[in-house]
Amino acid sequence: MLKLSVLAAQIKPNKGDYRANLSQIGKIFAQIRESAIDVDVLTLPETAMSGYFLEGGVREVARTKEEIFAELNAQYLEHGPDRSLDIVVGFYEQWERKYYNSCLYATLGTGEGVDTPKIVHVHRKFFLPTYGVFDEKRFVSRGRTIDSFTTRFGQVKAAVLICEDAWHSITPMIAALKGAQILYIVSASPARGFGEVLIGNVSQWKQLVYNIAAEHNIWVIQTGLVGFEGGKGFVGCSLVVDPFAVTRLEGPVGKEALLHAEVDLDDVSVARATSPMLADLEANLADVRREIDQIERTGRV
Amino acid sequence: MYDVIEQPKIDPNSESPLAINEQLVSEWLIDFIRDELVRRRGFSKAVVGLSGGVDSALVAYLCARAIGPENVHCIRMPYRSSSCESLEHAKLVADDLGVNLHTVEITEAVDGYLKSFAPEADGRRRGNVMARMRMIVLFDQSEKYRALPIGTGNKTERLFGYFTWHADDSPPINPLGDLYKTQVWKLSKYIGVPTVIVDKPASADLVVGQTDESDFGIKYELADKVLSYLVRGYTPERMIEMGFEREHVDIVKKRLDGTHWKRHLPTVAMLSSTAINDFYLRPVDY
Repeated sequence: MLKLSVLAAQIKPNKGDYRANLSQIGKIFAQIRESAIDVDVLTLPETAMSGYFLEGGVREVARTKEEIFAELNAQYLEHGPDRSLDIVVGFYEQWERKYYNSCLYATLGTGEGVDTPKIVHVHRKFFLPTYGVFDEKRFVSRGRTIDSFTTRFGQVKAAVLICEDAWHSITPMIAALKGAQILYIVSASPARGFGEVLIGNVSQWKQLVYNIAAEHNIWVIQTGLVGFEGGKGFVGCSLVVDPFAVTRLEGPVGKEALLHAEVDLDDVSVARATSPMLADLEANLADVRREIDQIERTGRV
Repeated sequence: MYDVIEQPKIDPNSESPLAINEQLVSEWLIDFIRDELVRRRGFSKAVVGLSGGVDSALVAYLCARAIGPENVHCIRMPYRSSSCESLEHAKLVADDLGVNLHTVEITEAVDGYLKSFAPEADGRRRGNVMARMRMIVLFDQSEKYRALPIGTGNKTERLFGYFTWHADDSPPINPLGDLYKTQVWKLSKYIGVPTVIVDKPASADLVVGQTDESDFGIKYELADKVLSYLVRGYTPERMIEMGFEREHVDIVKKRLDGTHWKRHLPTVAMLSSTAINDFYLRPVDY
């Protein structure tokens, strides 16, 4: 039996102020220490270290993964509890002399062995939205890989996607095929569509996350940015959906909040035994790959 | 034989493209004012030019909800030809909300210029001088009260270019700029703007009896529907096929196409690869 205590922090970052955002995360570490909750994983939204709409300011706030890891770990050692913590946090990254919209997965703390503080994984946003209000390709390069990685929790594999990555059904599919049992999605989704009961993109996110969990029988922890940037308000509405596609927790729209969830990994096995969608996909993968190869060969893409 | 179920055609009279969830929108705009005014810009007070019309009334209600009526300074800025009704309606709003109400007559300032330097100015020029004088007052009063001026222009007048450039559109934040006029009416009714203000014909109050709709040659209800399809990328031909009148589409499209310049900052001659807002790009709140 393996259960993870996950805290999703739906926050408003300080625009363009990396130091202030480090300090803000330090306060969350302190709150974890002062609370009675033992947190295994803390998730923060896309671009939590800077705010999202930076344009050319990306180059001024971008950090290497080593820098951000070292500074987060220093904050954690100063403010956090005396146990290890895994963190999922979106940031603008400088890597190999290029800029990326990235998400770090790292273990923080002073522990030893599997709990050694370290960078576990960096996901670089694969699908960069460049339409309408979005202009990412102008300012950052795109990531080229979608990988799962092994966590310190009983060798459980996880994967990370960033916002539009999750809008393409093939990306969570790759993550699931690579063994992910937990999918962390970090997002910054500006509200649009106020004609229905829910804001338009809130409805779409709920449907997307439901579909991902339902198809791959995977835990999905989605953490959304909030706050206004230049009139564009991010919806937040973070979601925790279990492998049976049941929404277990939902963050408020547009407000800061900490959401605490218990992620029972046994649910993955039961859900996959009940609805073997992923196994069917694995069985048919050669044909799926042949179809995709044919699209490439016939020059449709 | 099977029954065939036909997909319904798009009804040009349908209100759905302009539907808003009033509660959701009002809460969002209140959060917008708090975040952009207080958190991003560090102000605690707002200044609103209260004309007596529905747009500025709605902004006053939103501001009062967002930061408290005691922190909202509403300024009436009548010219000698402004209607008494406008002044009364502005007072009605201020009294209902309990906001601070100030009156700054612009007649002397406007006439000081017009009489000495532009006695021949037609109504259009005079209206522009008044609008720009009102912005001088609004920004100066904002300095006096250490408050941020809040814009009141709606999406319909922005898309029609029905405003004075660098006057009505100049306040640094505007909660109504993505709401069509008919949506402003709906939201105003929901939030409690007095009915007498919501239901009266919209007017710039520059000439007695003038209304926005008589200037446009089309009713707001229809103009907003046409605009909503045009800005989504529908062609005029498709809209006429849907059931819109060509005359109405043409009126709206002409105004829209002829005023793109008004929705932008001044055109600057680019000489370098660090030209501001062309190459050197930093967002407004960075």
